[in-house]
Amino acid sequence: MRLEILKTYKLYIGGQFPRTESGRFYTPKNKKGAPLGNMCLASRKDVKNAVSSARKAFGGWSEKTAFNRSQILYRIAEMLEGRRDQFIAELVKQGSTLKQAGEEVNLSIDRIVYYAGWCDKYLQVFSSVNPVSSSHFNFSLQEPVGVVGVIAPQDTSLIGLVSAILPIIAGGNTCLVLASENIPLCSITFAEVLNSSDVPGGVVNILTGNEKELIETFASHMDINSVLYGGASKENIQLIQELAVVNVKRVHYYPMNWSNEDGQSVYLINDFQEIKTTWHPIENIGGSSSVY
Amino acid sequence: MKNSKLKFPDLLSIPKIDKVGVEERVATFQTRSIKNESKIQGLNMILNMIDLTTLEGKDTPGKVKQMCYKAMHLHDSFDDLPTVAAVCVYPSMVKIAKDEVKNSGVKVASVSTAFPSGQSPLDVKIYDTKFAISEGADEIDMVISRGKFLSGDYNFVFDEIAAIKDICGKVRLKVILETGELVTLDNVRKASEIAMYAGADFIKTSTGKIQPAATMQVTYTMLLAIKDFYQKTGKMIGMKPAGGISTSKLALHNLVMVKEVLGNDWLNNEYFRFGASSLANDVLMQVLKSKTGVYQSPDYFSID
Repeated sequence: MRLEILKTYKLYIGGQFPRTESGRFYTPKNKKGAPLGNMCLASRKDVKNAVSSARKAFGGWSEKTAFNRSQILYRIAEMLEGRRDQFIAELVKQGSTLKQAGEEVNLSIDRIVYYAGWCDKYLQVFSSVNPVSSSHFNFSLQEPVGVVGVIAPQDTSLIGLVSAILPIIAGGNTCLVLASENIPLCSITFAEVLNSSDVPGGVVNILTGNEKELIETFASHMDINSVLYGGASKENIQLIQELAVVNVKRVHYYPMNWSNEDGQSVYLINDFQEIKTTWHPIENIGGSSSVY
Repeated sequence: MKNSKLKFPDLLSIPKIDKVGVEERVATFQTRSIKNESKIQGLNMILNMIDLTTLEGKDTPGKVKQMCYKAMHLHDSFDDLPTVAAVCVYPSMVKIAKDEVKNSGVKVASVSTAFPSGQSPLDVKIYDTKFAISEGADEIDMVISRGKFLSGDYNFVFDEIAAIKDICGKVRLKVILETGELVTLDNVRKASEIAMYAGADFIKTSTGKIQPAATMQVTYTMLLAIKDFYQKTGKMIGMKPAGGISTSKLALHNLVMVKEVLGNDWLNNEYFRFGASSLANDVLMQVLKSKTGVYQSPDYFSID
């Protein structure tokens, strides 16, 4: 007879797994009423700490070469593949059938590979050389917006989380993510995957807790540059948009079924980019001959 | 020496430091919960206790001027903020700083005695100090000779501090122990005694060039020395932790410690200072958070 060793689910902030600063916890249950585990009930201060970590990690992550980011993202997929069974078990525990769980994990892995591929390609697609009527070589290119606050889709445990995080970090941003409140297990296990796949600490920070309690902090924090809201509540969208004006955050929400094969797009990467346009003086106007 | 009343401390009667006890006591300061109004009051107090510091080889007149402006105008979009206590610069920058702060109430502190190593002959250190004072320094931050201290030449250290104090006269003298190089808390205590008996107005933990700097353990040990000195002689010595205090939380813990060890009399910038460069912004962000209810971003504060 062996005593089972149960996992303590903690937060993921700055590459560490701390308990919530508030010391609080909650116990989500599955449909049959069985407790899933004791989860940290993150507080505003945890959000603040996560933002600091994300900000600290931003410089290093955004300056990595696109190719290197691509390698690291692919590495996430490799690590997730190696942990298939663990994720399937957690999904089943949270109420999926074995078949659904297997499909969700497969789709998640494929989605990571999809975004890994885009890392060093989206810039070519979206950037441009612009015709101007003065003696300038004028070009626009994408730069990451900064720290992104993500309220992950609440109806899935893994695929929604992955679909929200990946386009953001593929584009060189860092983020903090509030996981699904009722089915949060995969989020923290996914943090372990991130932690063992060369993703620098702080690039992705994952919190578990109550959406209603934290949504205002996500929307109003001056050091968050953009918010992705994964839910569908019109009230919440309005609330975020109102509070986001304090520092003119970009607010994005996607009424999309992430479990669909087409719940992925390079345009999602572009949503978390700012455009920088450069006017470079050159000798002649017109561009009939190439001078640059 | 002019002041013949100075007495060398009886180093044998100094209590030994119980390191585990200190750790434990310090841990209790960090558990105090400070809420709302007292927190805001504490944060304002911290701002008013800061010695805004720039001590780098790459310091330029422009950098010093910018820092002086910040010392007087911490964040102009809010009216009721205090100024910092002082700016702390190298002797060559004293005049520039003095011209900038003028009559704003912000003092100019100058490091001296061959800061940060202190490895120069006494003549040079005396000249260094005289120069800083003649340029207009209101306060002098001197370093002790750690090499002499560690090799047991306590009299040398004592005499050197006394000689510098002699030159300072009414200019307040802060004595930097550079605790990161003294290794043990017993040494910190010993050096504190020597400095206080030799005429220091302030004792200061570190230069900021060596890690570890102002840990709470070290500050606590020095506060106890100040307390004992006060009880023996009736003279209040100031305390300045410097280096490594960059968050409001840590600064608030320090205030709690000062209050609980020394009492309210020390809770003002006459007797307590923070030597820091990046602390001010963090405190400002906290103050603004409590005023606006919104977490702040460094993007909207001056770069220092």
